[in-house]
Amino acid sequence: MPSRKADRPSDVDQELAREITIRQALAYELKIAQAMSSDVISVPPSLTMAEFGEILRTNGISGTPVVEGDRMVGIISTEDLIKALKAGEMDATVGEKMTPDPETLYADEPLVRAIGKFSKLKYGRFPIIGHKGDMVGIITPGDIAQAMLRQLETDYHEEEMHRYRASHIFEDIVADDIALVFGYRVAAGDIIRAGEASSELRKTLSRLGIPPPIIRRVSVATYEAEMNIVIFSDGGEIVAEVRPDRIRVEALDKGEGIPDVEQAMQPGYSTAPPWVQEMGFGAGMGLPNIHACADVMSLESKVGIGTHLEIVIYIQ
Amino acid sequence: MKLGKVLEIIEGKLITENIDLDQDIEMGCGADLMSDVLAFTHEGTLLMSGLTNPQVVRTAEMAGIKAIVFVRGKIPPPETIALAEGKGIPLLASKFTMFETCGRIYQAGLPGCGLFELTLRRWRDAFEES
Repeated sequence: MPSRKADRPSDVDQELAREITIRQALAYELKIAQAMSSDVISVPPSLTMAEFGEILRTNGISGTPVVEGDRMVGIISTEDLIKALKAGEMDATVGEKMTPDPETLYADEPLVRAIGKFSKLKYGRFPIIGHKGDMVGIITPGDIAQAMLRQLETDYHEEEMHRYRASHIFEDIVADDIALVFGYRVAAGDIIRAGEASSELRKTLSRLGIPPPIIRRVSVATYEAEMNIVIFSDGGEIVAEVRPDRIRVEALDKGEGIPDVEQAMQPGYSTAPPWVQEMGFGAGMGLPNIHACADVMSLESKVGIGTHLEIVIYIQ
Repeated sequence: MKLGKVLEIIEGKLITENIDLDQDIEMGCGADLMSDVLAFTHEGTLLMSGLTNPQVVRTAEMAGIKAIVFVRGKIPPPETIALAEGKGIPLLASKFTMFETCGRIYQAGLPGCGLFELTLRRWRDAFEES
């Protein structure tokens, strides 16, 4: 029995996985350039605070970078204006009241850097610069929220679109016999990734508009078959053939094979090593489960060569 | 039964974020064997388990499990949480044992998954055929 140890992810990977949730994945995918406003209003340092206040009011903004020539020298906001107003210093210049040498971000950095900076520094905005130090935009927490919502909407529409297009494929193609074939490779011993082939097949069937109870039976049978390839073989593949009236799934592997197929089909019979049982598998229910899900099942195995499992599930 | 009600009954905590507590659970299953989960559940089931590896989430995805409650105060490792968030499967934690977690939810009215052909066949073989 091959008793490969599963590749355990390192502590660093685990740390990373903890931090990357789906929501955060968006923040890694998006670049600051996709979220920032590039239409930036800036003010010169020679402006008085009173004039600055007027610019904020007419443009409906709450802060701007301060630019002298083409060099950004500082940043100034409503907060500075209120302080000047309280102190009766509305005649002071922006150059005197601004925050000089402001913190900046690069346009091509991932959005998550901006999120990190906002939560650490508590500023209301950061100027965005290009790699030559030129100012190309400005970003506020509101810009980030908007960019992420836009992206979520795009992702959502894309899935809807995939589903719509795929679900009409059988009507769109004209032929006496149509079959769509999907192939998935399954690596031996990779217990962490085990199930990905079944997961991808499930998603594909869902996009094709196959009824959910049928999808569930195909998924469960395929997943058990995939686990068998991962646990017992030297690797293999899963091939699914979808026709308008039935789904056929084949799981082929190279490996030791099953010496006694009839015995292997008995509920509770298992030759799985302990590490597999710790994962919640190897209780001798895999093949009986596949049998229960399938309308037709055939299992051929040659010792030392490999195993060929085939199931058919009819779509009523 | 609403997922929010389940959380209340088991005095539980949320492990994944952005959980819709208003979603309906139709039945429950308690198991540590993933093949049992695959064989003896239906779409819309709430799973109680003491196993916390990522395959629990994969199993849930394949079997159409609505949400997972980890019993005995077990907190799954980050890779399990990341996978569940990716698949949109809510994870909950219960400090009670498997028996008590299931018992509390069952007592509050959530049914089990019923009987299955696979079981009945074995039952007949063992007890009813002479």
